[in-house]
Amino acid sequence: MSGQQPMLQADGVTKTFQVGSRFRPGGIQHVQALTNVSLEVYAGETVGLVGESGCGKSTLGRTLLRLYDVNDGRILFKGRDITRLAQRALRPLRADMQMVFQDPYSSLNPRRRVGDLIADPLRVHGRRSEKEVQGRLHELMELVNLSPEFLTRFPHEFSGGQRQRIGIARAIALAPSLIVADEPVSALDVSVQAQIVNLFMDLQQKLGLTYVFIAHDLSVVRQIASRTAVMYLGSIVELGETDRVLHRPAHPYTAALISAVPEPDPQGNIRTRTILRGEPPSPTNPPPGCRFHTRCPIAQDRCRVEVPQLRPLEDQHSVACHFPLEEEAPGRA
Amino acid sequence: MPADMAVPSSGAAATPSPGTGDTLLDVRDLCVSFRSERGIIRILENASFTVGQREILSIVGESGSGKSMTSLAVMRLITDPNAIITGTITYKGRDLLKLDPREMRDLRGREIAMIFQDPMTAMTPVYTIGWQIEEQLRAHQKLSSKAARARSVELLGEMGIPAPARVATRYPHQLSGGMRQRAMIAMALSCNPSLLIADEPTTALDVTVQAQILELIQRLRQDFGSSVILITHDMGVVGTISDRVMVMYAGIIAERGPKPLVLAQPSHPYTLGLLNSIPPMHGERPVRLPSIPGSPPSPMGRPAGCPFQPRCDFRYERCGTRPPLFRNGAQEASCYLAERGLPDWPHERAIRAKGTAA
Repeated sequence: MSGQQPMLQADGVTKTFQVGSRFRPGGIQHVQALTNVSLEVYAGETVGLVGESGCGKSTLGRTLLRLYDVNDGRILFKGRDITRLAQRALRPLRADMQMVFQDPYSSLNPRRRVGDLIADPLRVHGRRSEKEVQGRLHELMELVNLSPEFLTRFPHEFSGGQRQRIGIARAIALAPSLIVADEPVSALDVSVQAQIVNLFMDLQQKLGLTYVFIAHDLSVVRQIASRTAVMYLGSIVELGETDRVLHRPAHPYTAALISAVPEPDPQGNIRTRTILRGEPPSPTNPPPGCRFHTRCPIAQDRCRVEVPQLRPLEDQHSVACHFPLEEEAPGRA
Repeated sequence: MPADMAVPSSGAAATPSPGTGDTLLDVRDLCVSFRSERGIIRILENASFTVGQREILSIVGESGSGKSMTSLAVMRLITDPNAIITGTITYKGRDLLKLDPREMRDLRGREIAMIFQDPMTAMTPVYTIGWQIEEQLRAHQKLSSKAARARSVELLGEMGIPAPARVATRYPHQLSGGMRQRAMIAMALSCNPSLLIADEPTTALDVTVQAQILELIQRLRQDFGSSVILITHDMGVVGTISDRVMVMYAGIIAERGPKPLVLAQPSHPYTLGLLNSIPPMHGERPVRLPSIPGSPPSPMGRPAGCPFQPRCDFRYERCGTRPPLFRNGAQEASCYLAERGLPDWPHERAIRAKGTAA
């Protein structure tokens, strides 16, 4: 992949949010949601973003689409720097990069018919005749396995899985090359999740899509993502081929995260797990040095002062840790 | 196997689980329906189950399966005047459905406690964490306010909360999700309940915090001797901490039995489908995930006969009538394929692939 030009590239992206108010105790505080994040996404692949809530995975997803402005760093889409592009100049690009949201219940306007919801992007972008729009609508419904007669119905008439299909139809309406999916299956019933994961994979094959797939469920990410980035407190701590990262993690945080995943194991037992103590520190006041050192089972003095940079190991696998885990002991954390 | 193991027959269904002593809770033929403008809505149909002493029973199901309604019925928290509840819920020899509200209030919190998915909505935002735990202690035990305060701080500490004395002075919104969940568990355990009902206690939490909370629930049994009903939609959570599992679908019990058996050799197609649709963490990645088609029915639109039949790969003509629970060893499933021994799924699948005509 290295010889190829990435479709999307984030280069040292930093994003800070302001919270609080001058008029409230504590005053204005700054949350560093992303710290020096670099990520490359190549055409046709799926990059999984995983991590605990508040680790910045959703912020990164939105920043990649320029739904947020960055404080520092650059974002390149198909070789073009879009970091400072004005909204007007960005608009034609929007057709090429789309988003699927977590909650299909709140991302569809309840007062509008499904057909209109999906047709919106078609009508906004490009001059299509109404006949062309209708033709495309039928095509889209077929792609997401919904009956065309649903086009005249309202969102509340659908189940969660069907609504997510509608959200996906809307996202692919303009034949984008990149889709950022933010926890698209987390709000769905278990038996429906698998259908939607399959749909994502089918569409990728049929339409040659590139995905950034944000999820907290590692097993879903393993199923869909070719590469996976693990985030902790606003930074990517490990990045590599999904199975490499999940089966031979180099970062102690990744190892702990994997160990915490409950599996439907008939002989399962909580005592066979290594459990990470505590919770992620507050991003308004992150610890110095490695941000994980407060919970890390193998932290040394060096980790408390020096910030580890993401550095390559072998096989396009990189890790931000001073003392990456040995291959023999992936479950050491 | 005798055919009288059917659910609707009152009496035969309840059996104590292996390895546990006496039965603590015995629910028989519990039905919950609601009157509405569109007619009667049946939420829960003839559910019978038991919970033994020091046992962790997991109730698994998707939205609309009736799993939460079961727990609310046991707590007598269904206050809707349109609710119609029948059956018996025997707890330590007393039928909870026949208790008057005052007796029930005495039991609730002291004997049977409950924790909810979202601690933010389950706690009042206008009082401190400490005050809310003390309130429960003072209501059920004759404790001075000083002793109640000391006990509540102690409880918070036992739940693994760092600096419990300081946390007791905090308001719910000042704590993280995991801390709030611990505080709610502390509150639920303040009076040493014999039965804890946990309704999706870890759904809103991250996996690392989830593992901590599950470990805590596991410890309750050791340290407090409590029984636990754990309601969840996550087979992974079931695999991690339960003794027995009850899988619910569309208001009925689809399958139940000891956890190792149900997860290793499911005898209901729905359980099988649920387990198959979870992407594996190890081994080969399937090209497509085996998924269950369609989505769970709403209580208004439940199909006749076996409620799972429209989504089932294995349906055949008998599925038009509702199957009773068939027993195979310690395992029970409401599927005709489980009538004569545990179903051999690969073979059943092959039969259907070939078609019925010879």
